[in-house]
Amino acid sequence: MANDKIRNFCIIAHIDHGKSTLADRILEKTETVAIRDMEEQLLDNMDIERERGITIKARAVRLKYTAKDGEDYIFNLIDTPGHVDFNYEVSRSLAACEGAILVVDASQGIEAQTLANTYLAIEHDLEVVPVVNKIDLPSADPERVCAEVENVIGIPAMDAPRISAKMGVNIEEVLERIVTDVPAPKGDPEKPLKALIFDSYYDPYKGVIIYVRIKEGRVKVGDNIRLMATGAVFTVVEAGFMDATSLVNNGSLEAGEVGYIAASIKSIGDTRVGDTVTNDEFPCDEPLPGYRKVNPMVFSGIYPADGAKYGDLRDALEKLQLNDASLSFEPETSIALGFGFRCGFLGLLHMEIIQERLEREYNLDLITTAPSVIYKVTMTSGEVQYIDNPTNYPDPALIQTAEEPMVKASILSPSDYVGNIMELCQDRRGVFKDMKYLDDTRVELHYELPLNEIVYDFFDVLKSRTKGYASFDYEMLGYTPSKLVKLDILLNGDVVDALSFIIHADKAYPRARKIAEKLKDNIPRQLFEVPIQAAIGGKIIARETVKAMRKDVLAKCYGGDITRKKKLLEKQKEGKKRMRQLGTVEVPQEAFMSVLKLDS
Amino acid sequence: MNTLGIYVHVPFCGKKCGYCDFYSVCYTRSQAELYVQAVIRNIRHYSDRSRTVDTVYFGGGTPSLLTAEQLSEILSAASESFDLSADAEVTLEANPNTLTSEKLAQLRESGINRLSVGVQSMCDDELKALGRTHNAERAAKAVIDAAETGFGNISCDLMLGIPGQTADTLKVSIERLTELPLQHISAYILKIEDGTPFDCGEVRSSLPDEDTSAELYLLAVRELTSHGLAQYEVSNFALPGFESRHNCRYWKCSDYLGIGPAAHSCYEGKRFAVPRDISAFITSPSQPVEITDEHPCGFEEYAMLRLRLAEGLALSDVPGHRADIEKKLSPLVKAGYVKYDGERVSLTPEGFLVSNPVIETLIF
Repeated sequence: MANDKIRNFCIIAHIDHGKSTLADRILEKTETVAIRDMEEQLLDNMDIERERGITIKARAVRLKYTAKDGEDYIFNLIDTPGHVDFNYEVSRSLAACEGAILVVDASQGIEAQTLANTYLAIEHDLEVVPVVNKIDLPSADPERVCAEVENVIGIPAMDAPRISAKMGVNIEEVLERIVTDVPAPKGDPEKPLKALIFDSYYDPYKGVIIYVRIKEGRVKVGDNIRLMATGAVFTVVEAGFMDATSLVNNGSLEAGEVGYIAASIKSIGDTRVGDTVTNDEFPCDEPLPGYRKVNPMVFSGIYPADGAKYGDLRDALEKLQLNDASLSFEPETSIALGFGFRCGFLGLLHMEIIQERLEREYNLDLITTAPSVIYKVTMTSGEVQYIDNPTNYPDPALIQTAEEPMVKASILSPSDYVGNIMELCQDRRGVFKDMKYLDDTRVELHYELPLNEIVYDFFDVLKSRTKGYASFDYEMLGYTPSKLVKLDILLNGDVVDALSFIIHADKAYPRARKIAEKLKDNIPRQLFEVPIQAAIGGKIIARETVKAMRKDVLAKCYGGDITRKKKLLEKQKEGKKRMRQLGTVEVPQEAFMSVLKLDS
Repeated sequence: MNTLGIYVHVPFCGKKCGYCDFYSVCYTRSQAELYVQAVIRNIRHYSDRSRTVDTVYFGGGTPSLLTAEQLSEILSAASESFDLSADAEVTLEANPNTLTSEKLAQLRESGINRLSVGVQSMCDDELKALGRTHNAERAAKAVIDAAETGFGNISCDLMLGIPGQTADTLKVSIERLTELPLQHISAYILKIEDGTPFDCGEVRSSLPDEDTSAELYLLAVRELTSHGLAQYEVSNFALPGFESRHNCRYWKCSDYLGIGPAAHSCYEGKRFAVPRDISAFITSPSQPVEITDEHPCGFEEYAMLRLRLAEGLALSDVPGHRADIEKKLSPLVKAGYVKYDGERVSLTPEGFLVSNPVIETLIF
């Protein structure tokens, strides 16, 4: 097939604005999927994606479309993750396309993530095709939304297709726009192979499947390919494309095409998103620009609630890592929680997804510690340390400067909530940068915020203070010096390592008080009084006491019926398993979790 | 010799108390007679002349609703079927209202020699809150009459943590009770059982809180002890020599045979229970039973029950667990929950109050 009949594109949309539904309609219209094979929202493979309405891993699918000009076209629809945590993955997916369909909800308008991803698309020279979705809603106002797109993004939008993906209205207009507006791919099949890896996953039978966009040259079964970042060489076993439900091995791929390669690759660590694939014998001069190794930004300790499940947790993490090279983990030991893993995530959503998948797909009951960012600490000796675990925070006397990572946050919201948002950002040590009106009723605010202020619950609180209307996006800004302290929590005089965290000095006192209160509420009265203390260094800054229990007795034992006592004994035995024994103090799992949600 | 106790559950009440979840049905004379015949049938069914029975306990329900004649028939059957010892302790639980002088004399005649009177409180407001049909005066008269009739072993129930009860009213109850000619008091903390009429927000919210209940309990222990009624179990107090021999069977893993619906047994190496169904009991040739434990009196059970007694657990009786238990003693002793003399581990009154977790700590 000639290149001028190929269109490579992706869809950019805010959560719930209808990306997956539109993708399904496109699949239907192009008869890629027989109607009976349609599952709701086909492109999202994972349960969690489907439930949360977000796309976590990119997928790509090849479609055939006969346009009104009578010609047959090949469409490669590349699905992109919508969330900032996967920003880099998004950028690689975009780099595999020539065009992007921007889906905007006809009643809600542009949201922060859409904006961020659209700018990213424009940066990658993609042709952006705006589409206004959900025109069937009574509150739909396509004219206003089109004007907003023109004002905010600066691309013509007044003639954007008005569609309803849900009702199947005007889908063909979108398909025609793809033909007319999205440029055909360029690239010379005779040049040495140069292909971009934009996604990969582990298949238990074929090894790692890499998704590629061939920029130059061609690749066929039997070729030796080299992955340029890692230098690893493999022999191609399959090369082909993905239809809606399966891989189709047609033996080769060439410049302009999007497809997959299987080459008996054992480890997903070898196939880094953004890396360039070339031919080992006839390599290209230089790799494609833009590759970087993704680094975790947020860390948290993950422990099995039942210590005996440590092995299961390790197996589960290993399996998840097969498909997710950005997940990192290493064993760690906590005095309080026993054996577990220090896990690194791209961001908050990534962390939540991993935790949820561990619990749901692997049936594990977990205790997670408060998420931490990476602090940069310069010692008086001049040595620089990066600290991702509060337990390892150095003695303050040895620290010359401590720095924390900052983000540039963008918040889009109806203007009614500006006051609430500003209050929240200020409370989170945010520095106001600017604010602009997108139209009469919607504003975009920019703040610089410490990452550690948003890792807990920023998004939840933002949502609740804006009745769910605000959207939020952030990018990393680098490090800035900060008055950081390590806050320790002591139970019965002993530091509970799993509860320590690093915090800005000004916020330590109120946080300490809140944590002490939460713990008091969540640690049941026991045989002995349990003092709860929060301390910085040796200095106690908050204190609560769980009073000793006074009464827990079965008074009556008449008629010789001891079955109830036996049952109670069994229950106590069971209950004990859910408790962590810290010295003489029994701490229920809920107590560890309660300190993670302080503002609720 | 391996003696035996017989427990007879008498599942009849004139009026059901709101806090009680023991099995009972409304008393009718005709059903009571059928029931008595079934009890006798069952005693004969278990007949074993080689076993010495040295305690018999009529519990309920309201056993004093049975006539002296009926009780006498049952005791005769026991005497024919087992080696009923001459000095057996024969207890009847009784509602004060049922204890007329005439009835007392008949009971005495029938062979009952110990009464457990459901006094609960000597403050009328509290008795009303509990839904009891007697008042303090009636209770006092019943005990005095009983003593005059010749009962020399009388126990009274005293309830702690009644809605509205305070340290002062409890002191009044104890003062008035200890003026009476009694030898034994069962003082137990009111517990709301699921599904009873008291199991509702209104009653629950009117109960004394945990700390108050604890204080009431400790107050009762102090007051009763000062009147010479020594604490020998979590909820039981007695003048020396008047500890309930029958109830001690439960805590010492001794044998007892339960007859009647909802009666429990620990008999010939098994624990079993009769279903809570009076018709099934009356109509079956021998009472239906469900085995609840094939191997009773293992370490955990033995220790748990022994630790309810003030004399506690002798570590020489559980040699395999001595080291384990000794290891855990120190903080419990330091906190004042437990005493240890090098041989016996026993709970203090403060320890009894939190006996569930203390025992759990010691035996797990």
